Order: sequence, then C-alpha cells, then structure tokens
Amino acid sequence: MILTGVLLAVIGLGLVGWFAARARARLLYTGRGSMHSMPGYHGWHMALWILVPGLLTWAVWSGIMPGLVNGAVMADPAAAQLPAEEMHRAAILAEAQTLAANPDAVAFDAKSQALAEPMRAAQTRFGFMGAALILIAALAGGGYGFTRVRARFPARTHVERAVLALLLAASLMAILTTFGIVASLLFEAGLFFKDVSPIAFLTGTHWAPGNARGVDIDGNFGAVPLFWGTIYIGAIIAMLVAIPLGLMSAIYLTQYASSTVRKWIKPTLEILAGIPTVVYGYFAALTVAPIIRDFAGSLGMANPSTESALAAGLVMGVMIIPFVSSMADDALAAVPRAMSDGSLALGATRSETIKKVLLPAALPGIVAGVMLAISRAIGETMIVVMAAGASARLSANPFDSMTTVTYQIVQMLTGDQEFNSPKTLSAFALGLVLFVVTLILNIIALRVVKRFREAYE
Amino acid sequence: MTETKLTARNVDVFYGPKKAIDNVSIDIDNGIVTAFIGPSGCGKSTFLRSLNRMNDTIAGARVTGEILLDGEDIYAPTMDPVALRARVGMVFQKPNPFPKSIYENIAYGPRIHGLAGNKADLDVIIEQSLTKAGLWDEVKDRLMDAGTALSGGQQQRLCIARAIAVSPEVILMDEPCSALDPIATAKIEELIDELKENYAIVIVTHSMQQAARVSQRTAFFHLGNLVEYGETSEIFTNPREEKTKDYITGRYG
Ligand SMILES: Nc1ncnc2c1ncn2[C@@H]1O[C@H](COP(=O)(O)OP(=O)(O)OP(=O)(O)O)[C@@H](O)[C@H]1O
Ligand SMILES: [Mg+2]
Repeated sequence: MILTGVLLAVIGLGLVGWFAARARARLLYTGRGSMHSMPGYHGWHMALWILVPGLLTWAVWSGIMPGLVNGAVMADPAAAQLPAEEMHRAAILAEAQTLAANPDAVAFDAKSQALAEPMRAAQTRFGFMGAALILIAALAGGGYGFTRVRARFPARTHVERAVLALLLAASLMAILTTFGIVASLLFEAGLFFKDVSPIAFLTGTHWAPGNARGVDIDGNFGAVPLFWGTIYIGAIIAMLVAIPLGLMSAIYLTQYASSTVRKWIKPTLEILAGIPTVVYGYFAALTVAPIIRDFAGSLGMANPSTESALAAGLVMGVMIIPFVSSMADDALAAVPRAMSDGSLALGATRSETIKKVLLPAALPGIVAGVMLAISRAIGETMIVVMAAGASARLSANPFDSMTTVTYQIVQMLTGDQEFNSPKTLSAFALGLVLFVVTLILNIIALRVVKRFREAYE
Repeated sequence: MTETKLTARNVDVFYGPKKAIDNVSIDIDNGIVTAFIGPSGCGKSTFLRSLNRMNDTIAGARVTGEILLDGEDIYAPTMDPVALRARVGMVFQKPNPFPKSIYENIAYGPRIHGLAGNKADLDVIIEQSLTKAGLWDEVKDRLMDAGTALSGGQQQRLCIARAIAVSPEVILMDEPCSALDPIATAKIEELIDELKENYAIVIVTHSMQQAARVSQRTAFFHLGNLVEYGETSEIFTNPREEKTKDYITGRYG
C-alpha cells in the first residue's frame, strides 16, 4: 500500500522536476545559440534523474521486501508453532498476509490469525523504510539533475542516450523472454528425462502416460504415435490442401488477376488468416468431421469415429492457405519482370512462362514458404484438440482418430495435476521436441529465402 | 534488296489515359539496321514494344493504328501474339538469361515452338545460334553451366543467341549495350552488322556514335512523335529538322 503511494509520489516528483528544470532553463535562454540544448530537453533530463533512481529503488525494494517481512514474522514467538513442511508453512504465511491486509476476513487456519498482527507491523515498518529510501533516491537524483541545468550542458545528448537505452531494453525484453521459455523447457524436460529414457521416448510406439507406473514407465512414454499424428495431420494432409490451393491462388493473383480482382481477393484471403483458430476448430469438429464420418461410413468403414485426422487436416490446410499463398506471392513477385518478359518475347504463352521460368525461379522462396507453413501447422493446437481425437495411434487411415504433440501437451497440463509426475513433465519434453523441430524448419526456410533474395539483387 | 518488312501507319500508344506515342508512321526494311534515337522518355521503347505486341503484357497499355508485318496486320484478331513474337524477337536493355544452363537458355524457344524433332536437331540449333551470336567458342565446353554465371557481355550475346534460335524475321533490340563496357559493346555491334544480312534489325540507342556505326536508317523521336526518319548518313550530316540537329549535336535540353 505504502509502496504504491510512493510510486505515485515519485512520478509526481518527476513531473514537478520536469517543469522546474524547464522553467529554469528558460530563464537561462537568451536567444538562438545561447544554450546547447533547448529547455524541453533540460526538463526531460531532470525528470529522468528523478524517475530512474526512484523507480529502480522502488523495484529493488519491492523485490526484497516480502523476504524481509517474512523474516521478521518468522522471528516472532507466534511463529514457533509453524509446521516445518515448506509448502504448508508458505500457505499459512500467505493467509496471514491476506489477514493483515484485510482484518475482517475469516481465518482458515488459526495459526495464521496469530501471525496477522506481527505481519501487519512488519509490513508497516518495512514499508516506511522503503518509502524513505525511494524518496531519498529520487530527491538526490533530482537535486543532482537540477545542478546540471546550465547553458552549455548537453542535456539533449543525454536524453537521446536514455531514449536509446529504453528502446534497447524493450527489444531485449522479447529476446530475454524467449531465452526464459527455452530455459524452462529445457529444465522441465530434463526432469522428465531423469525418469524416462530419451531413446524410449523418441522411438517408442506405445503412448499411455496414464498407465506409467514403476518399472514399465519407459514402455508407456513412446511418443512416435504423437509425432506421426502431428506429421500426418500438419505436414501431409494439411499441406495437400494448402500447397496446391495456396500456390494456384498466388499464381492467379500475381499473373492473371486484374488489379480490381486482386484488390478484392487479397484482403479476403487475409481475413481467412485472421479468423481465430478456435473458430476453425469448431468448424472442423461440428461441420467437417460429421461429413467425413458419414463419408467414411458410406465407403463401408465399420464404426467410423467422428474425430478424424482428415477433418483436422483439411481444416488446418484451409487455415494455412493464406499463409502459403502470401509467401508464394512474395516469391513470384521477387522474380524480376525481365525474366517473364524474356520468355514472352520468345513467343512463350503465359502459362508456359509460369511453368518453365517463373515457378523454377521462385521455387526456393516457395519451398521456404511451405516450410514455414508446416512449422505453423504442426504447432497448431485448437483444431486438433477439437477435431483430431485423443487416441495415440500409428495409422495411415485418414478416417482414424489420431492425436498430436500439441493435443497431448494440452491434455497433460490441464485439469488436476500431480506436479512433478512424469506424466505432467512429459508435456515439456513434447514441447521441447516441437520447439526444436519448428526452430530448425524456420532457420532453414529463412536461409533459403535469404539466398534466394541475394540471387536477384 | 530492300523490301519493306514492317509498316506502321498512324500508330498511337496509350498508357491508360496518357498518350506515349502520337501518330507515328514508319517503314522498316529488311536486311538493314534501323536505329531509334531520341531523348529519354520520348517513347522509343514504347514504340519498339508495340512492334511485337509486348505492350499487351502491360496492364492499361493500348495501341491504335495499323502495324503490318509482311502486309499482315499484327493487331488483327486473327493474329496470335504468341506466334507473332516468335517471328519478331526481342533483346532487352539488361541481359536477362533464365536461371538455367546455357544450353537450356537456347533450347527454351525451339522446344516451345517444336522446332527440333530430336536431341540431335536441337544440338544443331544450339550450336548454330551460339555461333551466329559469336559465343560458341567461348562456351562450347561449358554448355551446362548456368547462363547467369557468364559475364554481362556474354549474357547479352546469349540473349541474342536465344532470340536467334527461334529463327525470327525481325530482331528488336532495346539499348542492348547500355549495360556493357566498350569491348563487349564492340562485339555486339560487330554481331549486329553480321546479323543484318538475314534479319530486319531495329535498335534503340542513346549513343549517337553507335547509331552512326551500326545503322543504315535512323528515326528520331521526340515527345512521342517521329520527328525525322531517313538514311543515317543524311540524319547525322544534314538533318532537315531543327530539333534533330539540336539533339545530335548535343545542344538538346
Ligand atoms: N508501363 C508504363 N506505364 C505507364 N507509362 C509508361 C510505361 N512505360 C513507359 N511509360 C511512359 O511512356 C513514355 C515513354 O516511355 P518509354 O519507356 O517508351 O521512353 P524511352 O524513349 O524508351 O525512354 P528511355 O530512353 O529512357 O528508355 C514515358 O513518359 C513513360 O513515363
Ligand atoms: Mg527505353
């Protein structure tokens, strides 16, 4: 509570500092060239000197204060009868914290009631201590900043540098997050592979994590059926739909369509890419899947299941069309017009030119687009969750229900979970495999595209 | 020896609403080189492209008037632009070999038009075309190398060989030497001089010297109009029009 107030105070101080420094700089300003930087920059420079130390101190204090408070509470005699077990103790402390903030709440555990008062006292004490530190930091920074308001002081350069640092920090954020995700994946997958051998996981063909107990644990974590389902649905069925349709629509749009037609079709295709995947998911589950089941029945299949690889793959293919088409569109557009002119001037027809000159020249770009599309398809989750089914099965029959890596990850991590059981941890191992495969596909595709671009520059 | 190959009568070319060529009439003869000269943007390329209907490939481009090839209207509904372009070949400003082997670059046209019955015939066409283009000795040992791996001058001669391979009657060249150094340029000019025996050749150029060296007739374009057309020697020594004189003496603009 106190800290939130202090945060607002620091921001207010920054505002005051901005006005004060600017006003002072204006007094110094006597005409063009009389100052290195315009008064506004002095204002920003001052504000930064208040905000940066103040906010940094605030962030650090917010980070360490809970530890300090807990330490103080644990030192209290009332804490002596706390259970030794870590999790239980943490629960009681958390409850005490709630009670401290909200005295009228009913205690679930009596022990926490006793701790509420010491908790509140410690919070107030450390809160004021932190507030004092933060304000001192902000005021000290501001005081220093104010002394720098001089005619020759290069406030502009300093502010520009601060902006640069801010932008850099923003871009590093995304990268750091990625690293964080990879690190957590690696860590959790490592825990999983302590229990299950990686070889059994990557080559085994029996997937039944629910039965995995004791000695035969390796035998129930064979992920090959999941890999197969993923590839069959995402890289085979979906691509059989997306590649021809996407490629043909790209050829039509770049080579034949008049600019008016293009103006209508392109945005429409892009809308297709903007439909939430969950909408595709229920379209697959409620519309396409029953049709396919009936069709399978009419082919003479006994008991066709509603969920099928075909339903999920077809709808996923449709979802990917705009992606393939826009990559192929780019690749075709990157082939210089001189190429097709050369061919047309020899008396080739437009379709001969497309088939024999444009497509071969654009092939690397198209292949790269397809790879990106595959990496997208195998990571797709909603459609397979809703339409592909849960049975881990090695089958080439598209009417069979199949499961995928993403589906199993969802299964393992939703609902009641035993934490740290191999079953839960297997989600991370699957995630790691998925991550590595898509990463490789993306790297190769980007390389190919880059080479291809260079070839025409 | 000079018979008329191409006849243009009152030709206008539009890009959308914009008129790029205004009422041009010209006769282009067989067996000689005709040069188109004129300041940038005056419509030389536009007019050249209307002679083999390459303007058809540009959205919004429109040609009116009459253009006859051996007396046959090339814009008549019965005329197939694809067949026309096999008779009226074109070489572009920037060498544009296909990203295929040298062999495949030349074989492309003959294959499309079914000119060779078998591989042996095709090989003959390829050797003849490359020889005519003066490139055979330089590439005969590496026909399977990429056409794009040749030097700029060699690439341009490859493009000429590619055009010759479909046995055209007319060859249109749009500034074929502007991307080349003087030595490669000299080779191409020599080549043009040899080729004119068998084809009607039209060349667009910005170099007065080149026009004077290779052409027998010169047409001077200005702002979409054909200002003057006549024997090259006449145009360069004794132009009738003031504008032509200004242009060739470099006093233009
Ligand atoms: N594809 C096109 N669309 C619209 N206008 C065009 C197009 N191509 C050429 N033009 C216009 O037509 C006019 C003639 O252009 P053209 O390319 O024929 O000139 P040029 O004499 O060949 O010039 P240069 O010597 O620079 O090659 C110019 O005004 C040009 O802007
Ligand atoms: Mg031109």
